[in-house]
Amino acid sequence: MRILGISAFYHDSAAALIVDGRPVAAAQEERFTRVKHDNRFPEHAIRYCLDEAGLTLDDIDHVAFFEKPLLKFERLLETYLATAPHGFSSFRMAMPLWIKDKLFQKPGLVTALKPFAPSGAGIEDKLLFAEHHESHAASTYYASPFDEAVVLTMDGVGEWATSSVAIGRGQTLTTVKEIHWPHSLGLLYSAFTYYTGFRVNSGEYKVMGLAPYGVPRFADLIRKHLIDIRPDGSFWLDQRYFDYATGLTMTTRRFHELFGGNPRDPDAPLTQRDMDLAASVQLVTEEVMQLIVRDLSRTYDIDNLCLAGGVALNCVANGKLLRDGAFKSIFVQPAAGDAGGALGAALAAHARHALGERPALQPGEMDTLQGSYLGPAFAQDEIASRLERAGARFTVLDDDQLLDRTVDSLDRGDAVGWFQGRMEFGPRALGNRSILGDPRKPDMQKNLNLKIKFRESFRPFAPSVLAEDAADYFELDEASPYMLMVADVKRNRRVHLTSEQKQLFGIDQLNVPRSDIPAVTHVDYSARIQTVHAETNPRYHALISHFKKRTGCGVLVNTSFNVRGEPIVCMPEDAFRCFMGTGMETLAVGNCLLDKSAQNPDLATDYRSAFAPD
Amino acid sequence: MLSVLKDLARYMSVRKKWWLFPIIAMLVLIGGLLVLAKGSAVAPFIYTVF
Repeated sequence: MRILGISAFYHDSAAALIVDGRPVAAAQEERFTRVKHDNRFPEHAIRYCLDEAGLTLDDIDHVAFFEKPLLKFERLLETYLATAPHGFSSFRMAMPLWIKDKLFQKPGLVTALKPFAPSGAGIEDKLLFAEHHESHAASTYYASPFDEAVVLTMDGVGEWATSSVAIGRGQTLTTVKEIHWPHSLGLLYSAFTYYTGFRVNSGEYKVMGLAPYGVPRFADLIRKHLIDIRPDGSFWLDQRYFDYATGLTMTTRRFHELFGGNPRDPDAPLTQRDMDLAASVQLVTEEVMQLIVRDLSRTYDIDNLCLAGGVALNCVANGKLLRDGAFKSIFVQPAAGDAGGALGAALAAHARHALGERPALQPGEMDTLQGSYLGPAFAQDEIASRLERAGARFTVLDDDQLLDRTVDSLDRGDAVGWFQGRMEFGPRALGNRSILGDPRKPDMQKNLNLKIKFRESFRPFAPSVLAEDAADYFELDEASPYMLMVADVKRNRRVHLTSEQKQLFGIDQLNVPRSDIPAVTHVDYSARIQTVHAETNPRYHALISHFKKRTGCGVLVNTSFNVRGEPIVCMPEDAFRCFMGTGMETLAVGNCLLDKSAQNPDLATDYRSAFAPD
Repeated sequence: MLSVLKDLARYMSVRKKWWLFPIIAMLVLIGGLLVLAKGSAVAPFIYTVF
């Protein structure tokens, strides 16, 4: 059975294709349109998924949409009724949108899908709708290696649910409880994202990265006034402090008075107070997640936990859950946000409509996602002709030469663009659309942030480590192939700080090397780890192995191949543009190696201002 | 339009939310007037919850 999953019209539109329960292709629309978090109908992503499998929509059995628009409409209306007249400002914005577009999503989808079906017929009959959190739950459970698991999903909001618990057994996945709107852990985090001056729906990651610089001195205030946390981790948010349900912003004046000031202007410098706020909301989030997970473990006595939903991208919290040990194994679906809903809707539809069992894992597979490398790839000939058309000057090398020359660059301290194989599905670059660096260089983090990524200097970078070497560098016993687990750098690799260095506070801590891999060691000695496996990414594994052979270090800095505000590169020419517009010194696209000094400088564009900061 | 009305009726039946019908009708009417008055359906929300 062939099922196309779609998520769209909210944020992070995406498409995914599964065949007989196994993901074949998946991609976010933003990668093709070059508009970050693009929420439009994912026509390019659908075209890619169908082309990858050599199919048209006529060959597809079902098209599954990731949420139920009428249930969302119901939630909107009931919220406005319950809060009238306070919600009028939101109502007068929302209603025109619904009456013009969103109420007509089903016929709209049929019309938009017609160009993909040569026959132009039968599309409406193929359309299925899954609930938002059902899509999240299916995206992680059915992709996981588990035959039995507790499935926890947490995000901002779907239709009514903001969190859900489901039990997966074999082919069945049954929701057992939910927390409903407006009580949302994701929106609590987003409220602080907004309050600390970052953009909601993309800045949450920055808040998480900022948290270790701060002290959680506001955590008691949050627990006392904003959120009532019960022993089982369920929670209730005091809506007097939040504006998202009925207004146009996230927080109310009462919130601002409680924390002693207005939201930070995005252009204003970060202060210690912002870092303390970040540390506080991160701590409370971790506490809630830990309580929920411990309760689920006690209640269901199942060994495995699957996580999805935007909150599951909080890899610091995930790492703490793993170390807490309430569950033996934890699986986090790499596209845990709404883009992954496309995959989940398709997997949920397969579970309900296909006869037969879940597909078994192939030998050597950790899950059904093939390392999340589900996006477009380009043959060497096509790469060369695309680069030529873009005006690039390059050398074509064989595999060994490519690895050698790339390691030369890395060892020199260069920032290296690494574009290979199929693009990753989900927000993390996992070694196929990555910028790489030498983690031993103390100034690598600062240089990458300021000269390559054009982003805030406090933001940490992640290590890619050979899976077999992970325990030599980090306090991590499990695989973390999707960069969704944070663990500490091993004690024997840490650098002892002087008493002056220990006195440093906030952002001043940034310039102190903390281990023998300082570029990937955050100020609290943590690292957001990607374990690299020869089974899922042999080329990247070979590169790190080559680097290790040369330098003795089995770790590379891995950051996504983009600048601040830009979607991760998709095509070879996107990679070339980014290479030319930034301070990257070397670029490897397939077997083509590009040296910055050999390029035509006229092709460099003002890349810094090309994308609005996120 | 007819298919949307059918879906709405089916939804109210399944969810046992017939009591929403007059409210939906009224809100849609007001919303329709807002569409006519504004002419634009772009929402400047910090966080779009729908």
